[in-house]
Amino acid sequence: MTYLAKPPLHHPTLEKNRVGYTRRDYEGKISTLCAGCGHDSISAAIVQACWELDIEPHRVAKLSGIGCSSKTPDYFLGASHGFNTVHGRMPSVLTGANLANRDLLYLGVSGDGDSASIGLGQFAHAMRRGVRMAYIVENNGVYGLTKGQFSATADQGSRSKKGVVNSDSPVDLVGMALQLGATYVARGFSGNKGQLVPLIKGALQHGGAAFIDVISPCVAFNNHPGSTKSYDYVREHNEAVSRIDFISPGAEITAEAGPGEVVDVRQHDDTLLRLRSLHAGYDPTDRHKAMACMQEYQARGEIATGLLYVDPLATDLHLALNTSALPLNALGEGELCPGIAALDKLNAALR
Amino acid sequence: MKPIEAVNDFVVKFANVNGSGSASANELFAKAILRMGVPVSPRNIFPSNIQGLPTWYEVRVSEAGWLGRRGGIDMMVAMNPQTWDTDVAELEPGGYLFYDSTRPLPPSKFRPDIQVIGMPLTEICNAVYSDPRQRQLFKNIVYVGALSVLLEIEPQVIEKLFGEQYRGKEKLLASNVQALHLGRDFAHEHLKGPLGIRVRRADQVGDRIFIDGNSAAALGCVYGGATVAAWYPITPSSSVAEAFQKYCSRYRIDPATGQNRFAIVQAEDEIASIGMVVGAGWNGARAFTATSGPGVSLMTEFIGLAYFAEIPVTIINVQRGGPSTGMPTRTQQADLLSCAYASHGDTRHVLLFPEDPHECFEHAAAALDLADRLQTPVFVMTDLDIGMNQRLCRPFAWEEGRAYDRGKVMTAQELEAGKDFGRYKDVDGDGIPWRTLPGTHPTRGSYFTRGTTRDPYARYSERGPDYIYNVERLLRKFRTAATLVPQPLLRIASQPTRLGVLYFGSTSPAMAEALGALEEEGVHLDAMRLRAFPFPDSVAQFIAAHDKVFVVEQNRDAQMRSLLVNELEVDPARLVKVLHFDGTPITARFITAAILRQVEAMAPRARPRPAAQELLK
Ligand SMILES: Cc1ncc(C[n+]2csc(CCOP(=O)(O)OP(=O)(O)O)c2C)c(N)n1
Ligand code: SF4
Repeated sequence: MTYLAKPPLHHPTLEKNRVGYTRRDYEGKISTLCAGCGHDSISAAIVQACWELDIEPHRVAKLSGIGCSSKTPDYFLGASHGFNTVHGRMPSVLTGANLANRDLLYLGVSGDGDSASIGLGQFAHAMRRGVRMAYIVENNGVYGLTKGQFSATADQGSRSKKGVVNSDSPVDLVGMALQLGATYVARGFSGNKGQLVPLIKGALQHGGAAFIDVISPCVAFNNHPGSTKSYDYVREHNEAVSRIDFISPGAEITAEAGPGEVVDVRQHDDTLLRLRSLHAGYDPTDRHKAMACMQEYQARGEIATGLLYVDPLATDLHLALNTSALPLNALGEGELCPGIAALDKLNAALR
Repeated sequence: MKPIEAVNDFVVKFANVNGSGSASANELFAKAILRMGVPVSPRNIFPSNIQGLPTWYEVRVSEAGWLGRRGGIDMMVAMNPQTWDTDVAELEPGGYLFYDSTRPLPPSKFRPDIQVIGMPLTEICNAVYSDPRQRQLFKNIVYVGALSVLLEIEPQVIEKLFGEQYRGKEKLLASNVQALHLGRDFAHEHLKGPLGIRVRRADQVGDRIFIDGNSAAALGCVYGGATVAAWYPITPSSSVAEAFQKYCSRYRIDPATGQNRFAIVQAEDEIASIGMVVGAGWNGARAFTATSGPGVSLMTEFIGLAYFAEIPVTIINVQRGGPSTGMPTRTQQADLLSCAYASHGDTRHVLLFPEDPHECFEHAAAALDLADRLQTPVFVMTDLDIGMNQRLCRPFAWEEGRAYDRGKVMTAQELEAGKDFGRYKDVDGDGIPWRTLPGTHPTRGSYFTRGTTRDPYARYSERGPDYIYNVERLLRKFRTAATLVPQPLLRIASQPTRLGVLYFGSTSPAMAEALGALEEEGVHLDAMRLRAFPFPDSVAQFIAAHDKVFVVEQNRDAQMRSLLVNELEVDPARLVKVLHFDGTPITARFITAAILRQVEAMAPRARPRPAAQELLK
């Protein structure tokens, strides 16, 4: 139950990060989701990523739509302002919030029902606008909160818990994000924290629109044989195409190392993204190849996970709009009101 | 039939074809009269179409200063063969018909009771200009030239206006002056002027300015400190956002860095535009959107969220004819109920009703203050009539050192000092809680915003008492709003009366004129102009002080009357409907006739009895 706060007592010896916070400081209320829900693992990965990145929790604004997934911002970063908006419309609210104060980090959390059905338009336009944010879709192929209807990401031919076969073809949010111009596109699996944490860290540090589709099985309604978003199915069909280590200048944070090539990409803020490609020749900075690769995997019934595409020098909507470096919400009368003399001049010109 | 004789008091209507370039020539005509010190009020009457369909421009010239639509036409400049018959029929007896006589028309096409002035405009232009576009464009200037002779408009005034319009574009200036004189020379040689209607220099404009309401509202948003605008194109509101862009480019660029102190996003639809405004408002920026009826319909879910989660939002609704795409380029005041109660559940929203561009400016700036102060959506309810037409109005004013009312925002220092922060607690008894902005303080002050109910500390709660505390506080806040919104303006009749009239918004100039006309007929009315919803106490007092109160509005269903009945629980029988809803701006003639009819019907019971004023003191 959300109104049960966690005990505020901290063990004095808990490890602190560079900004002086313990991992517990990044947690939120006790989750009300079903035990074993993939979404809780994603919350844990977000906690881990923010702690490791030395982000001050209150400098994050966490926004979501409506759904089980969209409830999760209450369960991490308790010291951040959160906003549970309306169904499918988190992207526009996040865009407005971002325009108001460019100095915060924006984390958008949504579900596949939220983003791929009712919110598909807002999802698409946020991607093409290049709003600086980490946009995470917790994708379980069903509507969890409304109890198990198919969502638009459910695979054609997959079977619902009640035995209904889905005849519609799925919306692939990763493919759309790539096509629409997102500059950081990844897919993760809630059951693979080792891969997910660096993906989230990369997204949070990215200079433009970052999107992560996280396959997140719904234990209540979509974890049965016949589902293509169940734990078992995803484990069997998952292939990681690249792995990232996130390196901020100074301390190196290493994720679980994997075999294969290493590509270092320097981002505009001088941080390094170290991409570990499992396939010789997979170049995560090539948008067209990423799209082709996705489709190949899809055709084979496999799910490619990892960082699929990144533009390390991406810029954001503020650059396009040439907005002032000082956040708009911090400007006062002096900067905003043209004053009486200007008004008198204008009056004179209107006669 | 005797030709109409009137100096500085007549109506000229131009019938044109959309896309023929007549708009700027017609505006030039109106402005020239204005520059001669004679008040004018022009109205664009146009179809929902870009090119080819009929369009009209009606100019009321009134030395007495009446700016409402009068009704009736004294001179028709008939440049559109498609609408010829109805245009000719619209003329008052004794009126003047000015037309292009290049091609002869049968006598059946004219009326015996009007004055016909033919001028071979096409022929003249074809002889002078070889380029087809020039032939078409300059035809408009040529007729302005001829009219300037017929109506005695000073040519120097028009030339000066050209000079201002084409500053730095000498070639265009010269060719326009040439076209003007082409028309004037022809008129001097071949037409009989001046006419019975004409203009004479007067000194009746004073320091008033001439601007459209949408530009004024946009300027109000600039002065009021809006930094984020998100919008989606819809007639008649698009020019609000476009003007905001224009004024921001002029006034809001940091001189040191060249960076913008504003952000404007053309969203993918109205849902996204209001969503962005909600996000920006939540995060402490002043934000607005401009839209019209169909846009408000799409926004309602978000409006409910903003109401319940208590987020400042400003919506400029330039109303047009509904329902649906009803009459997208015509005017109405028909979104009152859909805005006052927008969204599901029990909601109530603040509405402001500007009467003219001056108030569009004032109310837009006030709306931004009110939204922050009340942490709620605020609508500026303008309409096409004032939004898209230029109107003579008081100059814009701004108080020296006026500070923005940012409302109850708790700072990091206050939090640090240990001030108790409960996001939805009614600390001050006015129903308005305190808020913190995201990122304010590392450990104190963060809270979770959502559309679901909560306790005073913003913790999710489905407990009945928490819900009731919350929604009753919202009502308390709404009552506070009634004391903060622009208050109604009262005008007491010259004689004691038991009759009153309530009106609002763009009805204002027609109403002012109608009150005079009614007085001449012996009907005295105390008048109150509503400027906002919720209704301040003075509105209930006004109704209580009169036996019958006419409610004049521009919609079919008497929406303002419904609001009054619903909110003030007045006896509906006391509120008499006066409704105008054909999409054209209401006229003084209409109001006068409608009220006279009703007064006659209700006599002798409602015959003036003394001293409503006593009760109003
Ligand atoms: C306008 C509107 N329509 C419908 C709903 C009901 N609704 C609540 S959550 C939800 C689906 C959530 O699915 P998803 O985004 O996939 O999240 P999950 O619960 O699976 O994590 C729906 C349809 C709503 N809240 N608002
Ligand atoms: S219904 Fe599914 S998505 Fe919702 S909490 Fe339970 S497991 Fe998670």
